[in-house]
Amino acid sequence: MTTVGNVDHVRNGFDPHEILNDWDLGTVTTDANGRRVREYEITAVDIEIEIAPGIFFPAWAYNGRVPGPTIRAVEGEWLRIHFTNAGSHTHSIHFHGIHAASMDGIAGAGLVGPGESFTYEMPAEPFGCHLYHCHATPLKRHVHKGLYGAFIVDPDPARHPEHTDVARARLLGTPENDTWQEFVMVMNGFDTNFDDENEIYAANTVAHEYMKRPIQVDRDRPIRIYLVNITEFDPINSFHLHGNFFDYYDHGTTLTPTLRTVDTIMQCQAQRGILEMSFANHEPGRYMFHAHQSEFAELGWMSVFEVT
Amino acid sequence: MIPASADHSVATKRGLAIGFPLFLLALVALAVTLFDPLARFGTGLPPDEGLAIERGTTEPNGIEVWVRGDGRDDVSIAQVQVDGAYWNFKQTPDGPLGRFEGALIEIPYPWVAGDAHHLTFVTSTGTTFGYSIDVARDTTPFSLGALFDLALLGLFVGVVPIALGLATIPILRRMGTEGMVFAMALTVGLLAFLLVDTLAEGLELAAEAAGAYQTDVIVWVVAALTFAALMALSRIGGRKGGTGGIALATWMALGIGLHNFGEGLSIGTALILGNAALGSLLIVGFTVHNLTEGIAIAAPVTRKTPGLWMFVGWTALAGLPAVAGAWIGAFAFLPHWGAIFFGIAAGAILQVMVEVIRFILALGRESTDSLSGGTAFAGFGTGVLAMYATAFLVQV
Ligand SMILES: [Cu+2]
Repeated sequence: MTTVGNVDHVRNGFDPHEILNDWDLGTVTTDANGRRVREYEITAVDIEIEIAPGIFFPAWAYNGRVPGPTIRAVEGEWLRIHFTNAGSHTHSIHFHGIHAASMDGIAGAGLVGPGESFTYEMPAEPFGCHLYHCHATPLKRHVHKGLYGAFIVDPDPARHPEHTDVARARLLGTPENDTWQEFVMVMNGFDTNFDDENEIYAANTVAHEYMKRPIQVDRDRPIRIYLVNITEFDPINSFHLHGNFFDYYDHGTTLTPTLRTVDTIMQCQAQRGILEMSFANHEPGRYMFHAHQSEFAELGWMSVFEVT
Repeated sequence: MIPASADHSVATKRGLAIGFPLFLLALVALAVTLFDPLARFGTGLPPDEGLAIERGTTEPNGIEVWVRGDGRDDVSIAQVQVDGAYWNFKQTPDGPLGRFEGALIEIPYPWVAGDAHHLTFVTSTGTTFGYSIDVARDTTPFSLGALFDLALLGLFVGVVPIALGLATIPILRRMGTEGMVFAMALTVGLLAFLLVDTLAEGLELAAEAAGAYQTDVIVWVVAALTFAALMALSRIGGRKGGTGGIALATWMALGIGLHNFGEGLSIGTALILGNAALGSLLIVGFTVHNLTEGIAIAAPVTRKTPGLWMFVGWTALAGLPAVAGAWIGAFAFLPHWGAIFFGIAAGAILQVMVEVIRFILALGRESTDSLSGGTAFAGFGTGVLAMYATAFLVQV
């Protein structure tokens, strides 16, 4: 069973189906040293969002959406993230990546008061599937209120001569990458009644959204999922696929799978990875995927691929 | 002769004495309006949502729950969880629930007989309200057959023990004045226990009812009003010595009847909510318990010789309400009505107690034995203990 009714995505200002692959590529320039620089604008706001039909959550959100924009860059580029805090509390952006201490997004390193701004600068390193989130205290609240997002660094094929093909298939914009169907899924939860337990679980915020409106996939093209777990209050979350097995790249920081031929993986909070699968030899139809904690599935984290 | 000026000053003083408090009151009112000391409170308050869950039953097609808006603000039920899973549900009537507005929630959930099921109502603000069905079991649908079965139970619980109790009258007759004092004091003891028990039942139901009704207060008020009204009614004839004999027995039967209506409610509700184990325990318990009630009715008439039809009347008055209670408890029960009902019963029992005590006092005056006080105390204690002992049978 699922939640009853439908969420007004127009009112929310974002649609989980659009979140699946609307990469934020920023604006690219080249600096004096010939280095590619990628710049992003992110604003934290207070916003009420509908997380299940009729259930409204007073969220804190990056760019008005939960999860925040999916930042995507290429290994080796220089990143500049201009952060403005338009919310009512102090916030920051803490990136899971390689950066200087002064760019950490914690107290004394880019904690931003209401109405203030800060620019985080760092290299796009290492390649993989990462995340960013607010690191203001109380941490639990700032995270589960919605201040998080996916942060993807594509490998630079030139740096990986032994796996050039794999790197090109990951690198957005290449013909090899074009053959893939890529989706980002941020597993999250919402505690609506302040009892430190979630009433809603989802991938990309809205309970049962991909159950009611299946994700359309083409069975001739392989699927790559950038999976991030930011679920608060529960020690782990998981991903289980019906009728198929996949390869898994833990943190996405390798070009060969760290797990092969599995149908279920689990992630602790802030763990993430890349899943690759194909339905080429399958009959068309609906293939479910969900958290293999029955509780999470029945409280919203249950979805389907419609393979055609 | 008093000077005119002094007379004038007395009038002025009197005027001031009346005017000054009024002036102060006006000043306070003005200050409150001007400075609005309440302004800084109550701003930015989250909505005060309340939801009372009055009755949940397991039906062949799923779970049915009666809910009622119970807060300052409207409450919208956005989603329903059953055993930690979001589930389909239908609300009739639809839409947000204002204060006191009731609705029926139907959930097509495949409940498991004998299991407990936990419901969570999630409102539009994400607030949750929980309700548990302790033992799921087929709720008996409304039918003539069910009414008949419940009526049989009511007769067994209410009428049979009362009749048996009344049949002890030959034993009571063999006792002298001292025996009568003991029997009547025993009755007061029984009634005292019933009074406390009835109030407790009423307050327990009040806690389940919508808080906005303030049903707990209503229980006390209704009890007091009933007591006063019945006292007035029983004095319409202007009897100085208070009621005794046949009239007292009748009042006693009425008070006990009201109480037995409440017992019927408990049994009917327990059975319809699928708690057969509790239901059958209640039946056995109440039956034993109610034997003593028959004795209480018989006590005031040991020296009279009322016709057989009087005994039939008392039995019906005291026992039949259990049947009505069982019906209502099974098919139409909401906690606030039950609570009010127990309030009425408590008032009625208190009135009977007062009458019986007056009767004992009258007996004491005609008694030549100075031991009446001790006998009365022994009777009272025995009554309370007897009730306490039989009450064990009604506990879960
Ligand atoms: Cu924050």
